[in-house]
Amino acid sequence: MDLVVARPEGLYCPPGDFYIDPWRPVARAIITHAHSDHARVGHGHYLAHVASAGVLRGRLGDIHLQTVDYGEVVTQQGVRISLHPAGHVLGSAQVRIEWQGEVWVASGDYKVEADPTCTPFEAVRCHTFITESTFGLPIYRWPTPAQLMAEVQQWWAENAAAGRPSVVGAYAFGKAQRLLAGLDPSTGPLVVHGAVEAVNQSYRAAGVALPETRLATDCSATELKRALVVAPPSALGSPWMKRFPNASDAFASGWMLVRGARRRRGVDRGFVMSDHADWPGLQSAIRATGAQRVIVTHGSVPVMVRWLTEQGLQAEGFRTEYEGEGGSEADTAAAPEAPTEGEAA
Amino acid sequence: MKDFAALYRALDASTSTRAKQDALQRYLRAALPADAAWAVYVLAGGKPRQLVPTKVLRTLAQQAAALPEWLFDECYEAVGDLAETIALLLPPAEAPLRRPLAEWINLHLLPLRELGDEQRVAELLLQWRTLPDDERFVYLKLITGALRVGVSRLQVTQALAAVAGVDAKTIAQRLMGYTHPQARPDETAWSHLVEPVAEAVEGEDLPAARGGHPYPFFLAHPLPPALDTPEALAAELGSPDDWLVEWKWDGIRAQLVCREGQAWLWSRGEELVTDRFPEVATLAAVLPPGTVLDGELVVWRGGLVQPFAELQRRIGRKTLGPKLLGELPVALLAYDLLEQAGQDLRQVAQHERRARLEALVAAHPHPSLRLSPRVPTAQGWAGLAEQRAQSRALGVEGLMLKSQASAYGSGRTRVDGVWWKWKIEPYAVDAVLVYAQRGHGRRASLYTDYTFAVWNGPPEDPSRALVPFAKAYSGLTDEEMKQVDAIIRRTTRESFGPVRSVEPTLVFELGFEGIARSPRHKSGIAVRFPRMLRWRQDKPVSEADTLQTLSLLLPGAKA
Repeated sequence: MDLVVARPEGLYCPPGDFYIDPWRPVARAIITHAHSDHARVGHGHYLAHVASAGVLRGRLGDIHLQTVDYGEVVTQQGVRISLHPAGHVLGSAQVRIEWQGEVWVASGDYKVEADPTCTPFEAVRCHTFITESTFGLPIYRWPTPAQLMAEVQQWWAENAAAGRPSVVGAYAFGKAQRLLAGLDPSTGPLVVHGAVEAVNQSYRAAGVALPETRLATDCSATELKRALVVAPPSALGSPWMKRFPNASDAFASGWMLVRGARRRRGVDRGFVMSDHADWPGLQSAIRATGAQRVIVTHGSVPVMVRWLTEQGLQAEGFRTEYEGEGGSEADTAAAPEAPTEGEAA
Repeated sequence: MKDFAALYRALDASTSTRAKQDALQRYLRAALPADAAWAVYVLAGGKPRQLVPTKVLRTLAQQAAALPEWLFDECYEAVGDLAETIALLLPPAEAPLRRPLAEWINLHLLPLRELGDEQRVAELLLQWRTLPDDERFVYLKLITGALRVGVSRLQVTQALAAVAGVDAKTIAQRLMGYTHPQARPDETAWSHLVEPVAEAVEGEDLPAARGGHPYPFFLAHPLPPALDTPEALAAELGSPDDWLVEWKWDGIRAQLVCREGQAWLWSRGEELVTDRFPEVATLAAVLPPGTVLDGELVVWRGGLVQPFAELQRRIGRKTLGPKLLGELPVALLAYDLLEQAGQDLRQVAQHERRARLEALVAAHPHPSLRLSPRVPTAQGWAGLAEQRAQSRALGVEGLMLKSQASAYGSGRTRVDGVWWKWKIEPYAVDAVLVYAQRGHGRRASLYTDYTFAVWNGPPEDPSRALVPFAKAYSGLTDEEMKQVDAIIRRTTRESFGPVRSVEPTLVFELGFEGIARSPRHKSGIAVRFPRMLRWRQDKPVSEADTLQTLSLLLPGAKA
């Protein structure tokens, strides 16, 4: 029996009678992580990792939320459910489902590289693995985190020396914190947009070490000239940017690996930074599960299905709504990775 | 090549003209002369002839990356550039080795052309083993030959001027012909580019250019739409008598250089096209040595200019037989005189150059040399507007306005005066988007290249169908492109390779410059320079135009 099937409301587990990251209101939902295309309002009961509680509540308000730690087992109608680190953002989890000797894992979004702001991805052995494929093309190979941060640091240092603020557009939840944690604050002050600071507080409360961050309003004009500013992408090109005259701007995203996407974005720099797995990461994660059957939920679905089939696996796709409105393929290169983050100013 | 690769990345990354200029100058100052010579060639638009057939390159890259063909193709579709796709897919270099740019090009890349198939494959694989990762993209761009990087030729000229301490006009002059496909720039070429200007000797004119060397073309600017009334023209440009007014010809802009009994004919793309127009080349025997003319190549028959489509038939042929030359005779419609008796006239005022040109053409009659006539200005701007309205019937694109007092400038500069092109409005029809394909460059992976159709019958005909008639990919803003892309993905009916057919829901106003019957097109009609003028979100598909309305625009059709 299939332990997870696609329903109009979302991914559904028939024997356990619950949904995983449903996009329509349901009675029982397990939430892999708090990005808004996975965590939506209106469900009767939420189950999520304890570290995601802060951001979830911050975004969804007063919800009926049950939290668990990684590896802790919850039983629901005889189905054993446990959460395991996905390495995507703080509190992100893969959902392991076991019923009558059959094991399925739904991974939500994940990455396999090191990230000081969340628990690293952990391969979970299973019969069937449900995977994303946001960057499911072999062109996507990330630089090492050390290379990436050195590039950002150098750009910042050059700007600071020229008396120019450095503004990086990065998603307020996850990428912003990973960026902050990797930078050396001796170059200048680290300034964040209000939307980023709100999430920072959840990270600090969960025990993640972040360097000191300030709001633009707390800095003098001279300080701002040496500052590195982290803001949600929507703030770039908005009147908010007027605070940073003459700034050099950048965008942090896996899509920035492709020159066309970089040029379309129209910023000075594109940093290749993603909270999703690159092509080698997807392949190694899938292999490590030992699964013979793989279901692909979003991103380059047909490509990944065909590739895995040629590798001798049983592969298929699920239609989900885990991506931007309108576009139906991840290769709408300008589309954000987490499309609709509800960001307050 | 490390520094050139870094320069390329810097030019590519920046959106600031200033930053690009700084990076260019820094590179040119520090580079070895032989490297700088090639860097200028490449950045100014030079392109050696194809070094490796694209098919060979693709197959080899697939093998090196150990990918099936279909997956390589998917990657190429997403990236939209072959060199970049391969750069992103190759495995890391086994034994990276740094070599200077000139060494790469002269000793490793150019020789690829001469190798046999097997040797070439072996050589490429060898090169990839030692090619450092950060030089890959530039290396592959040199092979695929499309190195455009968002610096204009003018910016390269300015950087050279700053580095050499020579004025930009002189540099532009020296750069003419520098980017010829067969050129092999070296240290000597570099030192000629940046050498100091020879001091003028009292009482002697500076020597004009030598050999077949052309002058940089002076380019016209479109007349701002706000000036498109007789009143605005009078207010902004003064009396029409201060302007030399001519027709804007629909041909090929060309410069005819006659020196030492020989003729060189250059196109605006700085291509030497003398062989393509033998009848014009015979002017060398007629015109005095040291004559350089600027004008337009057109097919001229029965005392009239013929449509551009006729000229295209000439350009398309590999061999020019006497029959074709008789059927499609080409003439140079001369409109400027840049050199006379070996003397550079570019600083002489327009009216004086024109007077000398008229005298020259009158004194040397030749069937392939015609004077581009003046359009009378006696009736004022209103009279000119009326004459401009006749452009279509005359087979021209509108009027040219050239300041009588101006010198002959260089490129798009305005310091020496200005040439305005006062074009007629394009033809326009409302057409339906029926096929879409993904774009290249900054449009990579977005569906931005479209095929448009019109109806083959009136609305009351229930069996009417949409007939494709034109392809267009320009005219939309980035924002509109994104929206249209999303709609295409949602409304796809079928995919054939890279092409998608979509449900007909999108209507665009399509503009084009010319229209002709064409048996080669399914619609029976070919249009010139089609582009999107407007997205007609207000128009249902049923109200798009028909083949009948298109036919009414054909030359000779009765409205």
